[in-house]
Amino acid sequence: MKAILADRFQLQNYPITQLLNFMAWFKRQAGELDTSGEKKVRTEGLWVKCDDCRQIIWKKDLEENLNVCPKCDKHFRIDARARLAQLLDDNLYEVFDSNLVSTDPLKFVDLKAYSSRLKRAQADTGLKDAVINARGKLNGRPVIVSAMEYAFIGGSMGAVVGEAITRAIEQATDTKAPIIIVSASGGARMMEGVISLMQLAKISAALARLDEAKIPYISVLTDPTTGGVTASFAMLGDLNIAEPGALIGFAGPRVIEQTIRQKLPQGFQRSEFLLEHGMLDAVVPRKQLKPYIARALEFMAA
Amino acid sequence: MRPSTHRSPRAQAAAAPAVANAKLVVASAEFLLSMVETRWSARNGDNSTMESGLRAQQELERIEQQIAKLEAVTPDEGTRHQIEELHARVHALREQVSAHLGAWEKTELARHPQRPHTLDYVERIFTDWSEIHGDRGFGDDPAMVCGMARFHGEQVVVLGTQKERDMKQKVYRNFGLPNPEGYRKALRVMKIAEKFSRPIFTFVDVTGANPGVGAEERGQAEAIARNLREMARLRVPIITAITGEGGSGGALAIAVADRVLMMENAIYSVISPEGCASIMWRDAAKKELAAQALRITASDLSELGCIDDIVPEPEGGAHVDHEAAAALLDAALSKHFAELRKLPSGELVASRYNKFRHMAQFLRVEP
Ligand SMILES: [Zn+2]
Repeated sequence: MKAILADRFQLQNYPITQLLNFMAWFKRQAGELDTSGEKKVRTEGLWVKCDDCRQIIWKKDLEENLNVCPKCDKHFRIDARARLAQLLDDNLYEVFDSNLVSTDPLKFVDLKAYSSRLKRAQADTGLKDAVINARGKLNGRPVIVSAMEYAFIGGSMGAVVGEAITRAIEQATDTKAPIIIVSASGGARMMEGVISLMQLAKISAALARLDEAKIPYISVLTDPTTGGVTASFAMLGDLNIAEPGALIGFAGPRVIEQTIRQKLPQGFQRSEFLLEHGMLDAVVPRKQLKPYIARALEFMAA
Repeated sequence: MRPSTHRSPRAQAAAAPAVANAKLVVASAEFLLSMVETRWSARNGDNSTMESGLRAQQELERIEQQIAKLEAVTPDEGTRHQIEELHARVHALREQVSAHLGAWEKTELARHPQRPHTLDYVERIFTDWSEIHGDRGFGDDPAMVCGMARFHGEQVVVLGTQKERDMKQKVYRNFGLPNPEGYRKALRVMKIAEKFSRPIFTFVDVTGANPGVGAEERGQAEAIARNLREMARLRVPIITAITGEGGSGGALAIAVADRVLMMENAIYSVISPEGCASIMWRDAAKKELAAQALRITASDLSELGCIDDIVPEPEGGAHVDHEAAAALLDAALSKHFAELRKLPSGELVASRYNKFRHMAQFLRVEP
């Protein structure tokens, strides 16, 4: 196989990165390469098996229960559109800044080209990047919501996510509408290198202005919220609230385990752990999320 | 800049009776040098370049040591001429090698154990250093040093992450990896600076996130986030020098500055090359590839518009000559400080905001 490959493409003439790209392409053809490390809801037609309690749930029951397991209360991951539908009145909202697209500033290639990862994520989600900005009403009150999309390259934050969230914050500042940011992210987007790191500074600076304008900001942390997203806007709300059982942290649990050479205790870096350590204002079940936020905005808004 | 020579007393003593050998030593140095030259020019644009650059540098250092031994004895006219020629060739090759240093080689230089650390610079650039400890909440973090000092006579605050060289000190400083209380101490001290209208100098040399249980329990993410927001609106000038490793959020947490300078061989990255390699290539050994792909060198950052200036280092790197490295950094800090002092504080905050607001905007708007 290798010989044939080398012959046909004269592989020795290609630099190593391109070569790796070739290999990845062939692997992909063979359907061997599965890069999605994400936990997916296992669907067998109309039935879903809960990862936590291992019970079989009727899919319709699960959906009616806002994708929370009716048996054990496990909060399944939901996408950005489902978030908006749940938070905003009558599922009515206006999307803005949905046309920003990454230019792949580093021309990053690992086992796959970032440009092809982007294209695939765009095709899979129907979004240009990992966030949706929306204007709508929450219990009648005009609000702005930025909801992150974990299915888009792990909800990672590059220049587009950084810019979109900054614009949402600026719009909140300008229109004096409260802002709610729903995080679901593995952190900064590695394929944009230091560009993605600088988004942390940009968004946090915009939040300083929002803070000075005394506009309410509720940060909702969902499973998972890690890395640079936690170390910037997700922890900077007037209130930081999380769904039950969400993984929330800066350093990844695997890295910590490898470093300390011990298994981490059950529940480490989960919402309840953070609440216990004083890092969250509340852990709020999905069903109570909208009423909780409405109550807080009632308190905060003029 | 002339390279500093490594003239140890022992080398001088050994070389003293060896005038007769001088020609032999010159010949052998010349031979070694031509070997390095040949190997350097024969390298082709593949992976092995990345290693050969550093090795070439090491060998050049060794050749220079040999030449230094020769200089210790008083050679005759002809030999002196040859020595001068050797010097010139070493110098030329050094420049070539350092111009072609790959991202991974720079990573190794940035982590060089003999590289000057924050307190090495503080000692050489500032006077009247007086340390301030503790976050007033949990503890004092030795990985982050903060204090009052004078910069060319002016009252300032200095802070930075602190790495060490010997094992006991390394452990004491937690290998330069701050805990949340380190970032909180830094912010507390920066607020003191703001209250008394004193400029802030920060020094960054940190591997990255602290992979410890305590750091998570005490909210390193929150501590970093708060610093980012608060630094964005501090009403005093802030100058940051990335002196070694600028590792992700831990670096940025003290680097939201009016001027961000990077030492020539420093790196600044969202993740370590090893971390990136093990995630994206699923093989930590691909760190050279990852280092290259991530674009983490000072010239990369400058091209991407994420830093304001590159600070030159002595030939061979800052570790070769701490005094010279500090002098070069001092000069760069002075230049930028002079510019910043002219701005009224309102304008300062606005221009800092605008800088970060428009930084790293690599996107297009699709119809
Ligand atoms: Zn269940």
